[in-house]
Formats: sequence, structure tokens, C-alpha cells
Amino acid sequence: MTQITLNALSREAEGITAAYTAAGGDTAVLHDHGISSLVISGNKVLSANATEGIVLEKKETEHGVDIKLTIKKGSKIPLPVHLCFGVVPKDGLQEINMDFVAEEDSAVELIAHCTFPNAEKVIHKMDAEMLIGKNASLKYTETHFHGSHGGIQVIPKAHIKIEEGGSYYTNFSLLSGRVGYLEFDYSVDAEKDSICEMVTKVYGKADDMIKILEKISLNGENARSVIKSRLAITDNAISEFRGITEGHAPRARGHVDCMEVIQGNAKAEAVPIVRVDNPLAKVTHEAAIGCVDKKEVETLMARGLEEDEAIDIIVKGMLA
Amino acid sequence: MLQCSNKNLLEVSYILSLKNLILSRDGKKILRGVNLEVGDREIHSIIGANGAGKSTLAYTLMGLQGYEHEEGSIIFDGEDVAVLSITERAKKGITLAWQEPARFEGLKVRDYLAIGAKGNGGITEEEIKEALRKVDLKPEKYLDREVGEALSGGERKRIELASIITMKPKLAILDEPDSGIDVVSLKEIVSLIRALKENGSSVLVITHREEIAAASDKASLMCEGSILRSGDPLEISEFFKNRCIPCDNRVSPPKVV
Ligand SMILES: Nc1ncnc2c1ncn2[C@@H]1O[C@H](COP(=O)(O)OP(=O)(O)OP(=O)(O)O)[C@@H](O)[C@H]1O
Ligand SMILES: [Mg+2]
Repeated sequence: MTQITLNALSREAEGITAAYTAAGGDTAVLHDHGISSLVISGNKVLSANATEGIVLEKKETEHGVDIKLTIKKGSKIPLPVHLCFGVVPKDGLQEINMDFVAEEDSAVELIAHCTFPNAEKVIHKMDAEMLIGKNASLKYTETHFHGSHGGIQVIPKAHIKIEEGGSYYTNFSLLSGRVGYLEFDYSVDAEKDSICEMVTKVYGKADDMIKILEKISLNGENARSVIKSRLAITDNAISEFRGITEGHAPRARGHVDCMEVIQGNAKAEAVPIVRVDNPLAKVTHEAAIGCVDKKEVETLMARGLEEDEAIDIIVKGMLA
Repeated sequence: MLQCSNKNLLEVSYILSLKNLILSRDGKKILRGVNLEVGDREIHSIIGANGAGKSTLAYTLMGLQGYEHEEGSIIFDGEDVAVLSITERAKKGITLAWQEPARFEGLKVRDYLAIGAKGNGGITEEEIKEALRKVDLKPEKYLDREVGEALSGGERKRIELASIITMKPKLAILDEPDSGIDVVSLKEIVSLIRALKENGSSVLVITHREEIAAASDKASLMCEGSILRSGDPLEISEFFKNRCIPCDNRVSPPKVV
């Protein structure tokens, strides 16, 4: 068991926990020894707690932290593991290298909050290698909060391998505050009978730039996947979405679904790519970019809402 | 005092009065001088053939984009609302239930039904449930569902009507509330329209169903963009069925012999 307790009195802990709350986290879980958690501010590990069935190794590096998180064979972790990554000052570079393994038959849920509340010139890079073992399952939710300046670059890159019968669900959301520059690059290799669902939801404003690249290779028989992306952009924001699904095995099933709404001078591009080289595989896609549906806006206006209130409700609904 | 009440007795009070309303869409004249009066707390049905301009009239009254009339006036509650936006008209008490209601991804039924009530100081959970019961939907089954793809057409129509109930408008314009609703439920739609009236609303209901026309206080027949006749609902229905002659797949005014 690894345990570093969060020192509630330290300035740094205070800054990061405040930021964690701003990003929607509940700080009580970071103090609870019955719940696994990891708090990283800049390149400092402020607290780490691993409960039974979890091995957590971490090493502070010049600009970040290297993490190795292993869920032991057969361990079904009853409560979600909470991760908090952040940079509190207005500038800084944070590089997180993550090596994650869910061993055979294990199951875990990770909830990550990434928070950069004061960012004016911050770079956050994440490089992750994730292995979901045979019949193991990982549910991973990542919520970002980047503050209101937009002076941030967030570059998460991950490669995920899902072995036979494994399942991987991920949900990335960045809905309040600014995005800044986001370059999201996830690729998945899905083996026989595995399931993969990737959801991204981002709301871009001002001159935010959103680049999303998601690629799933359905390598094994009966592997199934969904890529679902919901983007709303307004003002001068730009978004580029690439959702790639390749069907290489019999009865592999994949679907790419991208829906974007644009307002103001925002520009969106959505490219779903499907490649199939096995005649028994089937991959489908849909992509729609449009302004907010006129009938929906007018319906809410006919119930007494102002036009901008109506648009706000519709966009938030789409991103819900 | 006496003078005042005399005046009220003498004047019939209309909640809505349309005078010579003219509107074109893409260069085609669709409303060709609509004259119509709807009394306060009156259920007034509009019947007429497909393409007569009934929905267009409803959109024009609500002030939807692209439905700005070129001539005539819309007097609502004593005021010409021509220059008012949809929101302003809604705040004055006009609302519309669409023939094909919108779908809202991610918006829960309970939140949708609360929206219309914002203007009247909000709504309680119990009132929302009551509105759902009035349209014959079980609250526990529907409150947390999305007003989106997962609902059937009929369910969405009912939720649309429930959203009118929670709004308590002065004038509810219902565009074919019966379409997509099974025959068994027609009676409920009729009683719902009556309930709206009892709650203080006037109802302008566009319909192809005789049962709904028959339950109205008054009816008008629309034909090629104008109101041909207004009066007793049964008489108007009979006139429509027996005297209008199909022409161009539509129904034109009766030929004068
Ligand atoms: N943008 C448009 N440009 C030209 N004509 C239009 C336009 N929109 C509607 N119309 C025409 O206006 C006429 C009236 O349409 P409207 O939808 O109001 O009919 P309706 O009486 O509601 O019919 P229904 O009973 O089928 O609902 C139709 O002939 C339709 O084709
Ligand atoms: Mg119509």
C-alpha cells in the first residue's frame, strides 16, 4: 500500500484542492483512506493513496510525474479511484506519463479532474499507455477545467489495448470556462469480444482551438466500438474532429457519431473515417454540423425564453 | 361605475382579432387576407384542407422567423403584436404547440415542462406531475426522460401539450394536437382542451377531427389562405364536408351557381 496523506495546511494543497473543487471534484474523497486517490500539482505528488488490489508507483520528474498504476488480477475495485492533476500558477509545464494496467478479470473506475484555473501560459501533456487485460474493465471519466483566460495547451495522447473480452469506456469533457488549445489523440486496439466506447464533449469559445483524433482498430472477432463526439463552438473557435474506426475481423462492429453545433464565426470540420478489410465486419458513421435547430430555439422562445437562453439550454442539452 | 359595466356588456371582448392578414413565402401568397376573431376563453377550431394555410397562420401569429406578415394586423389582448418577437409574444401570453414538435437531445421532460412556467413564478414538482397526468403520461415513467429521439411521436405530442398546460397562456394555439395520437386518446385531447379553457386560456385549435371541432365554441373554415366562414362548429363542419369541391387536390370555395 502506498500512502502519502494530503497535507491540508500546505499552500500547494490548498491551491490544488480549491482548483479541484472548481473543476467539479469533491475534496472529501482525497482525504478518505478507504478511497484510492492521487493528487499531482505541477511536478509534485501531493498525496497518494492506494487501497487493496491497486499498486500505485510514482516518480517526480523535472516537469511532471511518471505514474504506474496497476489493478491486480481479479480485483474488482469497489469505489472509484480519484485522480487530480493540475497546475495552479498562471504559467508552467506539466508532463504526465501514465502506464496503466488492468490485469485479467479486474474492474475499476477512474475519475480524473484536470484543472488549470489560472492558466495564462500553461502546457499540460499526458502520455498514456493503457492495457485492459483479458475480461478486465476500465471506466475512465476525465473532466477538465481550464479557467477563463484560454492561455493553455492541453495535449493528451493515449494508446489503449483491450484484450479479449475486456471493456473500456471513456468520457472526456471540457464544458465550462475556456478550452484554449486542445489536441486530443487516442488510439485503441480492440481484440476479440472486447468493447470500447469513447465519448468526448467540448464547448469551445472565443479563439479556442479543438483538435480531436480518435482511432479504434477492431482487430479481433466480435470486437465492438462506438466513438461519440459532441462539440459546440461559438465566437471564433475552431474545431477539427477525426474519428477513425477500422474493422479487421469478422463480426467486428463499429460506429462513429459526431454532432457539432456552431454559432457566431466558429468553424467546424468533422471527418468520420471508416475502413473495413474484412467482409464480415461492419462499421457505420454519422456526422452532422449545423447551427442550433431553429425549431428547438423557437419552441423555447414560444415558452417565454430569450433567444440566447434558449440556445444555451439546447447546447447544454446536447453536451449533457 | 355603472357606465363602465355597461360598456363591458356592450362590447364583445376578443382576445385575438386578425384583420386582413397577408403573408407570402418565397414569393407565393399563402395568407390572402385572413380575418378572424377569437373570444376570451373561447375554444375556436380552424378546419380546412391540407395546404389551406392553417399552420402558416399559426406560425404568423407566434411571430416565427420567415413568417412576418406584409399587411394587416394581429391584435392580441388589445395590442398590435406585429413588431414583437416570439419571446415578447410568449411573455404577453401567446404560445404555440407545433404540429410536429421539436426534439431536444439531453433536455429532460421535467426541465422542459418547467421552462414555460418561469414567467409565472415557477412551478412545483407536483404541478409538473399533474400536467403529465392530464396528457395521460405516468409521471414516474416520463419525468426524467429526454424530450428526444427515444420518445414516440405520440409521446412527444403529449409532452408538447403538457408544456402548454404548465405555461398557462392566455392564448394557446394548438396545431393539430390530435395528429399522431391514437383514436382512443382523442377524448382525452378534447378534455385537455376543455381543461385549458377552465384554467383561463383561450384556445385556437387547428384540427382535421370532427370530434375536436364539435367540442369547440366556435369554428372557422380556412380555404386557400383566407377564412371562408366562421360560426357554429357543426354547421361549419357540415359546410366543409358537403359544399367544398376538391380542386387541384385541394379544396376550393364552393362554386356559386
Ligand atoms: N416556404 C414556402 N414557400 C412556398 N410555399 C410554401 C412555403 N411554406 C409553405 N408553403 C405552402 O403554403 C401552403 C400552406 O401550408 P400550411 O402548412 O400552412 O398548410 P396547412 O393548412 O397547415 O396544411 P395541413 O393540413 O397539411 O397541415 C401550402 O400550399 C404549402 O405548400
Ligand atoms: Mg398544418
